[in-house]
Amino acid sequence: MLTDNEVSHIAKLARLELNETEKEKFKKELSAILDYVETLNKADTSNVEPLMQVTGLVNSVREDESRGIEYKPEFLIGQAPESKNNLVKVKAILKK
Amino acid sequence: MKGHTIESLRNGYAKGEYSPQEIFDSYIKKIKKENPKLNAYLSVFTSAVGMASEGPRRVAGEESEQKSQQTFYARPMMPSDKALFGIPCAIKDNILIEDTVTTAGSKILENYRAAYDATVIKKLKSAGATFLGKTNCDEFAMGTSTENSAFGPTRNPHNLERVPGGSSGGSAAAIAADLAVFALGSDTGGSVRQPAAMCGIVGIKPTYGRVSRHGLIAMASSFDQIGVLAKNVSDSAQVLEIISGHDLFDSTTVDLDVPNWSQNLDRDMKGLRIGVPKEFFREGLSFEVEEKIRHCISKLEKMGHKIKEVSLPNFDYALAAYYILVPSEVSSNLARFDGIRYGHSTTKAMDLAETYFFSRAEGFGPESKRRIMLGTYALSAGYYDAYYLKAQKVRALIRKDFDDAFVEVDVIVGPTAPSTAFKIGEKSDDPLALYLEDIYTVPINLAGLPALSLPCGLGSKSNMPVGFHIIGKAFDEETILRVGHQLEQNI
Repeated sequence: MLTDNEVSHIAKLARLELNETEKEKFKKELSAILDYVETLNKADTSNVEPLMQVTGLVNSVREDESRGIEYKPEFLIGQAPESKNNLVKVKAILKK
Repeated sequence: MKGHTIESLRNGYAKGEYSPQEIFDSYIKKIKKENPKLNAYLSVFTSAVGMASEGPRRVAGEESEQKSQQTFYARPMMPSDKALFGIPCAIKDNILIEDTVTTAGSKILENYRAAYDATVIKKLKSAGATFLGKTNCDEFAMGTSTENSAFGPTRNPHNLERVPGGSSGGSAAAIAADLAVFALGSDTGGSVRQPAAMCGIVGIKPTYGRVSRHGLIAMASSFDQIGVLAKNVSDSAQVLEIISGHDLFDSTTVDLDVPNWSQNLDRDMKGLRIGVPKEFFREGLSFEVEEKIRHCISKLEKMGHKIKEVSLPNFDYALAAYYILVPSEVSSNLARFDGIRYGHSTTKAMDLAETYFFSRAEGFGPESKRRIMLGTYALSAGYYDAYYLKAQKVRALIRKDFDDAFVEVDVIVGPTAPSTAFKIGEKSDDPLALYLEDIYTVPINLAGLPALSLPCGLGSKSNMPVGFHIIGKAFDEETILRVGHQLEQNI
């Protein structure tokens, strides 16, 4: 079973504000899922290389040049909650 | 199967029975009537959006929209050489169509307007397809019932009390109710095939690397594939041919020729070796599903194929590996939704950190939060080896199981889902029970293989559709399409 501190720590790492009800709910649900995945420990994986991707492609590269695509600024910058001079405006990092 | 298919529309256009505009309008009219009870579509387009590919470019304002309609009416009714000329389709709402709202079933993207066309959309547009609207799905395609959509569940056209499956439940319901001719969905662990099975239609997930995901909102990048939902195998093959192929915008696509699948469907293929994994027929598989699957297998035998029992020794580990790997990739992919550049942004934040914490808390639904939490935990310091790395090793074992089996057989068959569509709300309190819905589809995504779900009748108890699962070797969509097509003629 995950502890309350662990749940709060994970939420902080994930940048998620959780209320007490959610913390309690996720503690139970995540613990149940983690118990279920414990079954993986029964699989013998000694001398097995992890499979990170399935196609086997290595270093898929292309020329680093403009592909002549016109993106519309109203969709890119224009959907930010705040923008100024075609730049996205964010809140202060340091508290005043 | 009721309603239009690609072939029936093509014939109708050729004979001049109706125009593409009339077909488009009749579908829109039907959607407006049927959708309030099904909730299959989240948004429906005006005619001008779909016709933009051949008509004049759409500009804002009523007058020009009117003009583009008139231009379209003035066009000849004869089909052009475009493969999908005048074929109306539905697109899962996690695939971008420029200048239209794309929500991915999430409140965090409720008002997001796509900045560009996904590669699959570009391809469909240049093939002449028209777009009816965007379909409902579980939030960020995470779910097996479409109940995780922030915009309410979709209902199964066969029984409105029941789920349509998920996550591409809106696309599947739209096809089953003939609210589109074909639809696109995405399949990370079964999200095209399982809803296709539950709604009694055809769903195909191609090999990982076959179709570009550029413009598909990423969920778990080493699994996600775009797939096709349609009324028959032939339509599925025709659409898959159009959307497949190497794409510079998705470096995981493989540079292989796309065969003429739809032309080869009837080619003779007696004596295929068909594998039936013994692990598929165990506890958890409902009797009525097993009955139908066994029936299909004996049909295949009667058609002259050799049935052979095979084994996937690590099958029992697949779901556990999947539910470590996918949440891990989810936690990384959904990190981009931070309230800064687009999507929901909180009004309560006092500083930048609070913008992240509150925007994400307000915007994400329960399943997204659950998977973000699970993935963050699995990837956090001290746990990586125990969870993520272990799961990737088990993934290698599962891939090897399939490689070994495919030495002995040409295709593998079984059930798409363990049971038929369940009632809305029946399993929503138990995430693990919902995860078990994917038990037969998930191993295929772990191995990156192509697979198809073929409708094979109604279960004797529930009277709901059952899906027959046909799994192929990597990049051998041809064989599973052909088996599906030929079995379809015999069911």
